[in-house]
Amino acid sequence: MLNVDKIKDGIVIDHITPGCGYRIFQELELAKLSYNVALLLNVSSQSSGTKDLIKIANVRNLDMTRLGLIDPNLTINIIENEKIKEKLKLAIPEKVLGIMTCKNPRCISNNSDIGKIEFTLMDKDKKLYKCEYCDALTSY
Amino acid sequence: MHLLEPKDLSISQTAEVLSLARDIIQNPSQYTEKAKGKLLATLFYEPSTRTRLSFESAMLRLGGNVLGFSDSSSSSVSKGETLQDTIRTVGSYVDIIALRHPKEGAPKLASKYSPVPIINAGDGGHHHPSQTITDLLTISELKGGLENLKIAFCGDLKFGRTVHSLTEALGGYAGNFFYFVSPEELKIPEYIRDMLPENSYAEVRDLQEILPDVDVLYMTRVQKERFVSEDEYMRLKDSYILDNAKMLKAKTDMIVMHPLPRVNEIAAEVDNDARAVYFRQVKFGMYARMALISTLLGLK
Repeated sequence: MLNVDKIKDGIVIDHITPGCGYRIFQELELAKLSYNVALLLNVSSQSSGTKDLIKIANVRNLDMTRLGLIDPNLTINIIENEKIKEKLKLAIPEKVLGIMTCKNPRCISNNSDIGKIEFTLMDKDKKLYKCEYCDALTSY
Repeated sequence: MHLLEPKDLSISQTAEVLSLARDIIQNPSQYTEKAKGKLLATLFYEPSTRTRLSFESAMLRLGGNVLGFSDSSSSSVSKGETLQDTIRTVGSYVDIIALRHPKEGAPKLASKYSPVPIINAGDGGHHHPSQTITDLLTISELKGGLENLKIAFCGDLKFGRTVHSLTEALGGYAGNFFYFVSPEELKIPEYIRDMLPENSYAEVRDLQEILPDVDVLYMTRVQKERFVSEDEYMRLKDSYILDNAKMLKAKTDMIVMHPLPRVNEIAAEVDNDARAVYFRQVKFGMYARMALISTLLGLK
């Protein structure tokens, strides 16, 4: 059994689907932070058996859209003075701007520098998004 | 307002465009100066003589003028200029732009930077809305309306964008039934079928089976290289070539359409059959584009 101390201020990303923790750690580029960061994998969970967990000290702002795309089941706890100040439940986003790229090789977005592309959720279960330019479906 | 895909026009707006096109056909002399002083740019990043000339003749018949290029090698694209910059520049000179581009979604990108209306004149396998308006005008003029028709699409239904757009458009009118005639490898995509009401379509392999029941036959080309199996190609290739023998089985008032250019999917002998309307369809295309240009320019 591993023990990691509570954080005084910061963010706890809880109830991460086992296996998604490392990806979230990478996507958020947490290795570049100079604060304390703990990545725990396969932690016991009362509700789901096991879960992954990330604790980040002294950070309050995260790109929630990106997290919702990776694992819409997780929860985010904002910690202040060792207490949960706010609990955020994520959902898979209906619109995504600037995170995904279109997988259609014939799409103008893959052949020209056109800035951020908007994708619209078409299939929640398969995480399929429609490209605003060519209408092709891309999964995240 | 831009016309990037057929859905940019509601059913009532489409009806208005078709009604205007009909009026142009009946009273052409009243439209010869409608677009006087207006300029259309035809920016064709890939060659398409038929579509470009259709747009240009439409604008000239409205009394306007045209400029543009017919392939990207003769434009500043060859110097590395982006589509966005070309559109901003040309948009400063002209009143409306017809854009043909091999990349899907290019007209949508252009519309974000254009100070004038953009008409998508075809973007890869994506959309070709002026062709859809052309097809709707042809059907409504020659069949007396767009409802309660049995329409057969034959050939390459997987990659044919004209088929997808027209199916979607006709699916919005009451009482239509669709036959999708294609080899297994070239079936109509599921997402297109799913847009249609339940029990309003059938997928078949052999054209002759359903020909006696059809009001509108829309032919497209089947390329041999699209087949996975050589045997399947040999078995079915003749089914997708329309000739006089097959036309004997069709209704006397059926019409045969084709987006052109055709290769061998309609035998030349069929051209003399009064039901073969694909060259009349070309002429309707010019009127449809006159109506579209007028509408997008807001000409009274």
